[in-house]
Amino acid sequence: MTLLSVRDLNVTFGTPEGDVRAVQGVSFDIEPGETVAIVGESGSGKSVTANSLLRLNFGADVRISGEILLEGRDVLTMTEDEVRSVRGSDMAMIFQDPLTALNPFYTVGRQIGEAYAIHHPGATKKELREIALNSLEKVGIPEPLKRVDQYPHEFSGGMRQRIVIAMALVNNPKILIADEPTTALDVTVQAQILELIAEMQAQHGSAVILITHDLGVVAEITERVMVMYAGRVVESASVENTFAVPTHPYTRGLLKSVKSLDTARHERLEPIPGTPPSLIKLPSGCPFHPRCAFADSLGGRCSSEAPELRIVGSSRSACHLPDERLLGLMGGAS
Amino acid sequence: MNTDLVLEARGLRKYFPTGASKMLQRPTDVVQAVDEVSFGLRRGTTLAIVGESGCGKSTLGRLLARLIEPTAGSVLLDGKDITKASSRELLALRRDIQVVFQDPYACLNPRHSIGQSIGTPIRIQKTLSRADEKARVRELMALVGLNPEHYNRFPHEFSGGQRQRAGIARALALQPKVIIADEPVSALDVSIQAQILNLMEDLQSSMGLSYVFIAHDLSVVRHIADQVAVMYLGKIVEIGDPTAVYERSAHPYTKALLSAVPVADPKGAGERKRIVLSGDVPSPVNPPSGCRFRTRCPKAEARCAAEEPLLIEREAGHQVACHFPL
Repeated sequence: MTLLSVRDLNVTFGTPEGDVRAVQGVSFDIEPGETVAIVGESGSGKSVTANSLLRLNFGADVRISGEILLEGRDVLTMTEDEVRSVRGSDMAMIFQDPLTALNPFYTVGRQIGEAYAIHHPGATKKELREIALNSLEKVGIPEPLKRVDQYPHEFSGGMRQRIVIAMALVNNPKILIADEPTTALDVTVQAQILELIAEMQAQHGSAVILITHDLGVVAEITERVMVMYAGRVVESASVENTFAVPTHPYTRGLLKSVKSLDTARHERLEPIPGTPPSLIKLPSGCPFHPRCAFADSLGGRCSSEAPELRIVGSSRSACHLPDERLLGLMGGAS
Repeated sequence: MNTDLVLEARGLRKYFPTGASKMLQRPTDVVQAVDEVSFGLRRGTTLAIVGESGCGKSTLGRLLARLIEPTAGSVLLDGKDITKASSRELLALRRDIQVVFQDPYACLNPRHSIGQSIGTPIRIQKTLSRADEKARVRELMALVGLNPEHYNRFPHEFSGGQRQRAGIARALALQPKVIIADEPVSALDVSIQAQILNLMEDLQSSMGLSYVFIAHDLSVVRHIADQVAVMYLGKIVEIGDPTAVYERSAHPYTKALLSAVPVADPKGAGERKRIVLSGDVPSPVNPPSGCRFRTRCPKAEARCAAEEPLLIEREAGHQVACHFPL
């Protein structure tokens, strides 16, 4: 059975300025043990999608529709108690900022133990300490015997993220959701954490959903990529195809605006013109059309009709352009 | 004196006292944020300063703009020492050196219209009359790609990228010689970063600006720099033109930093040799003896703890501070 199946997910936040349509018609499947990246810029809906999986979207006026089937059970229709039993045990989350994810008043050992105790109410204090020590050792914290009794402020940013990962893995979750796990870290530490996530995945066999804006991070550790723009999935493909034959003008734009270490000095970057749209006043038709270099070539279709995800080559793309043009996007002619 | 240099740092040092600040007691510890840093910025070019958090790159930027005073050493603008400038001289100095900050949300006053903010340096320096100021601000807005009609709008009505454009327009208001840009694109989305980088390059070639570009992102730097300085714990460990630093990196830290950058190419991901440094950057309060990088260096030997390596020229225009360069 598919481990996780998201069907037509819609998330809308009511605000005094109007409805914010954060996620629209998002569907995807996650198989056991695979690594999937959700890529997008700020406001693309990637974090809202991730939070929805664990029903973490709070607020006075949040409207969610669709289905989130975890091994066939819909998370969205579960009772609060049922959701609580899923959080941390079936699906666990790593957040961007490890400092706010940890409680400054408790030792890290106690916090790791607590994450375990929630799903194992019978565990003794001694067992919990043992588990905390093991977890710290597994994620590469030196001197766990001393560190287990320390507080979050006594650790560096990279070490804190290791502790958050230890907490997330303490119940052997089937799915690990990592929301920008390395964005707050320095590059050399980022490399350590990415390596750790890959290592932990190999050991535990968890599926990983990686939320990021960094295409470099995506290329490093994922197998499948979903690109989101203005609340929709615009492209879904294997990581190789995403980079070699992107089938959506937005993905192409992202790749073209990435600076690489090989870019020659003063080589002109090709930015995407304009800015992402407001989610309150979304453009008609395809949300990307006001920034798209190809929109004019299709008459008025892009501004009147929203494209659905369809199969293009071996990828899926939500664009009206004919297949042969989508498959040749990186070829040149813009 | 090399007249080619518009800005020069000589033995710059900034120590911040810290530690137990019991009343009337002398602070016991010092953070050696910037230690013995020297370099020259050639006119019309870009010098990038790269390093991880805590390496002193932002402190260095603030020293160069004289937003803070150095503990020792000097900064020369067109050959004139600005570290000893009086407050009147300092006011004039501000026309020549301007700063673009990282956070486009924090650097604009939310209660001032964007036009007012951009015109602030002109009002302080009294270079133009009020009427001319307005016209000049509109000109600047058009120059950086903002709609001059939006003069009376407030910062919250703009996106991050547009605010950064406003920050750049404000820095240009007095036609400076040098712009210190402290991580000007790190807070922006990828698609917007490229817009701002292109804008900065266009302005450089049309106005002959010189940039000190502070960044933690090596790929951004590769793209815009004429010279790259890599910093670690307050010191420059390697400096040179980008090809030398990137392709013939001689310092183990530069090498590790480069190999840690995730590359947007899944094909290469498996093959590339990555040097993963163990541990974190040590505290700058009591930095390691000798070479400051030795505690994380895969090649460190006894000599590294005993003796501090000096920046030594390896090839023309490429200097490295390491006892055992690669």
